[in-house]
Amino acid sequence: MAKNTDSARFRKVDVDEYDENKFVDEEEGGENQSGPTRLKWTLCSDNILQTRTPRYLCLSRCFFERAELLVVRVLSSFKSGDIEKAVGSLDKAGVDLLMKYIYRGFEKPSDNSSAVLLQWHEKALAVGGVGSIVRVLTARKTV
Amino acid sequence: MSLYSFGLEPLSCHTWNKDRSQIAVSPNNNVANIYEKKGKEWVKIHELTEHSGRITGIDWAPETNRIVTCASDRNAYVWTLKDGTWKPTLVLVRINRAASCVKWSPLENKFALGSGASIISVCYFEKENDWWLSKHIKKSIRSTVLSLDWHPNNILLAAGSADFNCRVFSAYIKDIEDKPGPTAWGAKMPFGEVLLEHKDCGGWVHSVSFSPSGDQLAWVAHNSSIGVSDATQGKEVTQLTTNYLPLLSVLYVSPSEIVAAGHDCCPIQFTYKGPGALEFVKKLDIPKQSSKTSMSAMQHFRNLDKRAIEEDSNELGTIHQNSITQLCVVAGEKAKVEKYSSVGLDGAMVMWDFKVLPCIPKK
Repeated sequence: MAKNTDSARFRKVDVDEYDENKFVDEEEGGENQSGPTRLKWTLCSDNILQTRTPRYLCLSRCFFERAELLVVRVLSSFKSGDIEKAVGSLDKAGVDLLMKYIYRGFEKPSDNSSAVLLQWHEKALAVGGVGSIVRVLTARKTV
Repeated sequence: MSLYSFGLEPLSCHTWNKDRSQIAVSPNNNVANIYEKKGKEWVKIHELTEHSGRITGIDWAPETNRIVTCASDRNAYVWTLKDGTWKPTLVLVRINRAASCVKWSPLENKFALGSGASIISVCYFEKENDWWLSKHIKKSIRSTVLSLDWHPNNILLAAGSADFNCRVFSAYIKDIEDKPGPTAWGAKMPFGEVLLEHKDCGGWVHSVSFSPSGDQLAWVAHNSSIGVSDATQGKEVTQLTTNYLPLLSVLYVSPSEIVAAGHDCCPIQFTYKGPGALEFVKKLDIPKQSSKTSMSAMQHFRNLDKRAIEEDSNELGTIHQNSITQLCVVAGEKAKVEKYSSVGLDGAMVMWDFKVLPCIPKK
């Protein structure tokens, strides 16, 4: 039996729109582009994606894991000089979401990710302050 | 601003008497101490020792001169001054978990007590049997009630709790008072009625405060945010996330200015002008420009070498050296507070002056 059946809102959603296959294609298309501007777009659109995709459809944990890996890859591909600009372009909610992903990335360190994430962390902290870290800890909706 | 240190123990709670010459504090144990101001010093004149558990809340009713204390031993006592000593009267609160906060109503004929049993106990004195009775508000509360504040009309009660919700209840007790008129929060107010339930404040709601008119309700939550609900605008909620550590106490000092303080050890001023217009104004503690005590060059480099530090100071730049747990009005009426006090985990009580900068009209 499906796990999340508390809310019946899922009945009103067009599932085909959010088909798994479609999702993968969209992102791969985005990844093929190179250059910081394109990647920034992907980062921002990923954040939008996260908020738009209904949570009750994400029954599988692997959806989140894939999103995490994607975000860490995107963050790693930014040039150090551009990090500050990218953080500056996000609004308050965006900075909080970015912090959430940074800490998620810290949990599963791969060869180079920690160094890059620490750079992002420094810049995000300058903008968001300790309040954004507190919101990572207290948020009920995890990434 | 002036600082007075009551020792090294954290001060859990504090309250003032009517003319602010006496203060009742609890140093994080089961005893409440009353100090009187003698010149520049505070001298202990009474000790209230009846509780067996740590005192979590204390409130002094200025007109009737009664003190109510509540503790983690699931009890509350009302203290009255008889022949120069304070005599306790047990209140039957009927809770099976620790009490967390207590507040006298504006007319002082009843008080509200929040507890870990997800219950608010509204207690009033019954003359026939000469004891304090309580009525329970249980509706929709799902976790510890962390803070309470009364509306100026003596009927409505705001409660912030650990289930991430902020609520306004009616605490109308028909045995002791007349039916209230309608307010901006609602017209029908039977006991226990929920007039506002803001479901996701983002974190535990540490403190709530009504505005002087009672039309706005401010709260601070553990996700470092402050929120205001405006009853005159359809109970619309405006939330502001801050860049600081979570705030633990909030106080309305004028119809539009709010002071909040918490783990950052510094009171912060916010202003609320309408829905969507909740803004940070400034930090109210100007960190002292530390005049670095002249340190010899040898010592400076020794510090750098041994401890890798550049400054030889362990102190914070703020007056409070640890989190501020509670703010309280000292001077001025609720709509025009001139002085307020703060106590913190560092055992210090600081009195702050609040000045509203006059609006200079633009030519």
